[in-house]
Amino acid sequence: MADKTLFEKIWDAHVVDDGEPALLYIDLHLVHEVTSPQAFEGLRREGRKVRRTDLTVATMDHNVPTEPGPIRDPLAKAQLDALAANCEEFGVPLYATGSGREGIVHVIGPELGLTQPGKTIVCGDSHTSTHGALGALAFGIGTSEVEHVLATQCLVQSKPKTMKIEFVGELPFGVTAKDMVLGAIGEIGIDGGVGYAIEYAGPAIEKLSMEGRMTICNMTIEGGARAGMVAPDETTFAYLQGREFAPAEIPAAWRELRSDPDAKFDRVVTIDVSKLVPQVTWGTNPGMVVPVDGVVPAPASPEDERALTYMDLKPGMPITDIVIDRVFIGSCTNARIEDLRAAAAVVNGHKVAASVRAMVVPGSAGVKRQAEAEGLDQVFTNAGFEWRQAGCSMCLGMNPDILAPGERCASTSNRNFEGRQGAGGRTHLVSPAMAAAAAIKGRFADVRELG
Amino acid sequence: MRPLVRVTSNVAVLDRADVDTDQIIPKQFLKRIERSGYGEFLFFDWMKDPEFELHRPEFAGAEILIAGRNFACGSSREHAAWALEDYGFRVVLAPSYSDIFRRNAVISGIAPIELSEVTLGELKSTVSAVNELTVDLEALEISHPSGLRVPFELGSYERETLIGGLDDIARTLEREDKIAAFEAAHS
Ligand code: SF4
Repeated sequence: MADKTLFEKIWDAHVVDDGEPALLYIDLHLVHEVTSPQAFEGLRREGRKVRRTDLTVATMDHNVPTEPGPIRDPLAKAQLDALAANCEEFGVPLYATGSGREGIVHVIGPELGLTQPGKTIVCGDSHTSTHGALGALAFGIGTSEVEHVLATQCLVQSKPKTMKIEFVGELPFGVTAKDMVLGAIGEIGIDGGVGYAIEYAGPAIEKLSMEGRMTICNMTIEGGARAGMVAPDETTFAYLQGREFAPAEIPAAWRELRSDPDAKFDRVVTIDVSKLVPQVTWGTNPGMVVPVDGVVPAPASPEDERALTYMDLKPGMPITDIVIDRVFIGSCTNARIEDLRAAAAVVNGHKVAASVRAMVVPGSAGVKRQAEAEGLDQVFTNAGFEWRQAGCSMCLGMNPDILAPGERCASTSNRNFEGRQGAGGRTHLVSPAMAAAAAIKGRFADVRELG
Repeated sequence: MRPLVRVTSNVAVLDRADVDTDQIIPKQFLKRIERSGYGEFLFFDWMKDPEFELHRPEFAGAEILIAGRNFACGSSREHAAWALEDYGFRVVLAPSYSDIFRRNAVISGIAPIELSEVTLGELKSTVSAVNELTVDLEALEISHPSGLRVPFELGSYERETLIGGLDDIARTLEREDKIAAFEAAHS
């Protein structure tokens, strides 16, 4: 039999009906409040049921306030109430706010052990690619597809091409998974992955923790690819050990989930991480990125010019001269325990600059509990950070956590699109350690020099 | 979903690459639990600029949109497709689309047609003289009153969905035997 890629192994094992597009079986469907109401409404209208409530899990994340107390926004409340009512009516398990298991959908899936190697996983959210870090085939879908999966447990999908991004070399001090993926997007471009499923491989990936791998797979969509994945290994198995929904014994089949030696990829990209420097985005998409020791580049396209105007930056300006107003440490990209530890290590013993308002929003209730058990919340609050409850928060600003027009933010999230964190707001994407350094200095700083 | 066989209309041109779905429909409108009524919020922030392309009088009422590379990238929000459709667009012509939008568009009754930059350049200059195109999904052809004809490709499943205005779920449920067989083999 011909050698297969990891992607092909999982894809082939889930084809219900071959063809172009194929019909694919879905093992886990994650649901949240924003992209599901119209899907449940569609089921109701057509008299359809949720086919596999045992393979469906819902949570509340995008809209939830991160400060204690009742929800003041009536629209957000209506949407959260609708999710609760829909889950009740259709028999879908829901991890609601206050259940202790809630959090950003892409944080709780792995955390609860729902995300497992070899599974096909979908969610009405483009960052579903995150779950690929555990060796699953996971991708974001639209609301009609959410309805389709609820009703049929299948998805109509065209088979993507395959790309391997191989990270070689030793990751230097102060350079993180976030910098690896920003570097990769800078390399392939924000549409370089369109039509592909990406497998991340190489020694620098093998050495990464699960959190680091999740950060990289999370941002796959920012390079245009729908799915990103990493072959499961001992790190993966150790991570899953003892998690609520993970099997007690590692199934033998999980060890087969890797690309065969002669498997063919449609495209291979190699990135030497030993040359990487902490990255900072300067523009209005994640591909507009430069090293922290670099300068704002000269515009090379009308899009670049528009971005410079929107961001109010001049070409040639050193990145470390850019003064910031806000810091956001959070999101499904960088709000896991390891991310908070990395930020806290930089913050410890320092104060947030007087001109900066900084907040930390843990990715889940579980992450929050763990961080508090480790005393990280104290490190942050002593330094002047706000310590919040779990949710998407200022990653997309659907809740009250938003930038004011013109405010500039160092953010550990994944999108620096115009207005993403609030209309007129300016977002620079960085790693948690770099965000922490920026909070202290009041401008971008090279975390490698802070020691 | 409204069937889409053939459209003859003036054309709006949005000559920007990497237009993301956060611009097409900003987050504050994703709190609605309805599926309709998003058209008035299309490009909400950009529309505040009187110079924004879609305000040009010659683009008013267009059902065909010419867009730039990697159109509708970013967030998976299908609301972006709903907003475009509700605003009046039935066809988008662009060099490339995000993978998620391509599916969302078809399911929402919009044809996402891929054309080379060269062909799009030709179409743009043609419509700048006489602003009208016909896009025919049956003939897989775009035509202009000047006689210009441009063929295009569209997957047969997507084409059937659009032309028939078909319900994707109903089509899949017709394959119930295969789904049940898969489940039986994997339980
Ligand atoms: S944290 Fe941001 S990117 Fe992640 S699911 Fe929430 S809104 Fe989407």
